[in-house]
Amino acid sequence: MRAVAANGWTVGLAVLLALLLLATKLIQPEFGASGLDSLARSALPFALATAGMAVVVIAGGIDLSIAAMMAVASVTAAVLMDGASDAEAVLAVIAVLLLGLAMGALNGALIVVTRVPDIVVTLAMLFVWQGTALLILNAPGGGAAPWLRALVVGGVTLPGVPPALTEWLPRGVVVLALVVTAVWLPIRRSKLGLMIYAIGSDPLAAFRSGVPVGRTRIVAYAVCGLFAALGGLAVTMATGIGEPIPGPYLLTSVAAVVLGGVVLGGGRGGLLGPILAIFVLRLVRLDLTLLSVDPNTAAIIEGAIMVAVVMFGGVLAMRGARHD
Amino acid sequence: MARLGRLMVDQPLVPLVGLLAGLVAVLEILQPGIVNERWIGNTIRFAIPLAMLAACQTLTMLTGGIDLSAGTVATVAAFVTATLTPGLGAPAAIAVAMACALAAGLVNGIGIAFARVHPLIMTLGTGLIATGCLLVYQRTVIASGAEFPALLVWLGTGRTWGLPNGLVLFIPFAALVIWAQRRTGFGRLLYAIGANETAARLSGVRVWQVHLALYALSGVIAGLTGLLYLGVVKTASLSLALPLDLPSVAAAVVGGTSIFGGRGGYGGTIVGALILTVLATMLTLLQMPEGGRRILYGAIILAVTALYIRLTDRN
Repeated sequence: MRAVAANGWTVGLAVLLALLLLATKLIQPEFGASGLDSLARSALPFALATAGMAVVVIAGGIDLSIAAMMAVASVTAAVLMDGASDAEAVLAVIAVLLLGLAMGALNGALIVVTRVPDIVVTLAMLFVWQGTALLILNAPGGGAAPWLRALVVGGVTLPGVPPALTEWLPRGVVVLALVVTAVWLPIRRSKLGLMIYAIGSDPLAAFRSGVPVGRTRIVAYAVCGLFAALGGLAVTMATGIGEPIPGPYLLTSVAAVVLGGVVLGGGRGGLLGPILAIFVLRLVRLDLTLLSVDPNTAAIIEGAIMVAVVMFGGVLAMRGARHD
Repeated sequence: MARLGRLMVDQPLVPLVGLLAGLVAVLEILQPGIVNERWIGNTIRFAIPLAMLAACQTLTMLTGGIDLSAGTVATVAAFVTATLTPGLGAPAAIAVAMACALAAGLVNGIGIAFARVHPLIMTLGTGLIATGCLLVYQRTVIASGAEFPALLVWLGTGRTWGLPNGLVLFIPFAALVIWAQRRTGFGRLLYAIGANETAARLSGVRVWQVHLALYALSGVIAGLTGLLYLGVVKTASLSLALPLDLPSVAAAVVGGTSIFGGRGGYGGTIVGALILTVLATMLTLLQMPEGGRRILYGAIILAVTALYIRLTDRN
């Protein structure tokens, strides 16, 4: 029971997600494996952007350049994989991931070295990364390896298990879960994770406790860059080409992070909440589309939901603070 | 170096104007003869909407907030004016547009003042809602066509004695903002809340009132900017003022307004807006590909702010 209370927000989101899935089934009875699959595929880049943003926000910062970094990763992947063999494509993926780490680390290093506030640095770097993406590829193009694209399409099939059992689970969700767990879980359980939460919660106290604030911050931004690279790869996987113009990932990822229970001040929350929140947001959008609501009205509703939830959360936080 | 730092803190305008003069000099070297009356007029004409939108950012940043819905609100005001003028006539259309802008500002203010939502999130959300409303509205007026009120076009593109007519609107506006921030109680409250909100609250300041008024004012300013920009660009576009959104934050920051609040002012922001506009001209002259231009733009913003922080190191 205590575990539920401690993670109340996340549990609430999971319940909300389940209810929305039920509602979707009610709205469209034929909604099944293929619906889940396309939902997962469209949500994948958003979810990865949200994961990266969550890490940075937990560390007490923000990264406004995340969508631009995704664009750089997407065009680099597309250019490298264009006409390449399968083996070369693997190298290309590794190169793009390293590029993401480097971009994020550069963001973090600039923040630490220049002592300019993170909003301003990442705002300036947004232009820099946008320009870089345009220099690499100034129009949508390039290619993507077929095996990479197949990785996220369709349901899961395990050898020896009858397909009907596992096919409803989209590969996209499995890939997302594996990737996020592989990157975040080791960090969270290690000293690095503790340090990230510490600098987000109270940088001065962390400094006085011996936490290397500067280095930890750079690592947090590097991890964000890694997730951005994964997100950019996801975009290229989904569309098959590279896209130099950043998509709407910045606003949605910040919204999902806040909706997921991560406080903008830092030091609290996890990655599960924001990822559940992004699926909730995408599912709401899908339900509105299925209900034949005009997409622009859907945008209004999405924005209103986001604002309402955040206002509700703010009021709750105020109540909680007053009881202390 | 320390003296330069103190100079920058006490008289922030001096180094900024120096930087602006330096940039213009570089521009003259790059292409001799470009700095003439016509170019100055054009630069001012394009810098004015940016400077006005940056006023929203300056005022909100003084309290430690930000207004990321400003560009969207400006676009909404411009689009509503353009599409309602054929049917209702210019004054009524402008009134409706300004009412929309005020409404958006009030929504921001209510969320930030009462529900204590972080201004970044609240204004992003309001911007998203405003975009959605604009798109829905656009579908309903798709047949009515667009018309640009003569007054706005005169303000936006005309010239009197070689100077853009927009100055007729801008100079009183800028004077009002600068006077308000320094001489009125409201302005002092903005600085107080930005410097130390708890202390301000304990001194009896009703912070929620200030926030509400501030963001409503920011919405109104954004609406005005949209109207002016409509006169400059003369197109009813759904993304009219959006390219000005992030540069308006940059202009305020380059002009010396601290994003944490409590420091800065509109005078610096105006120079910041001019610097960014001259910078854009310089980058176009260098005939770099679009990508290279963006990279330089970001790098220079970063360099200027880093230098500023380094020189005025308060910590």
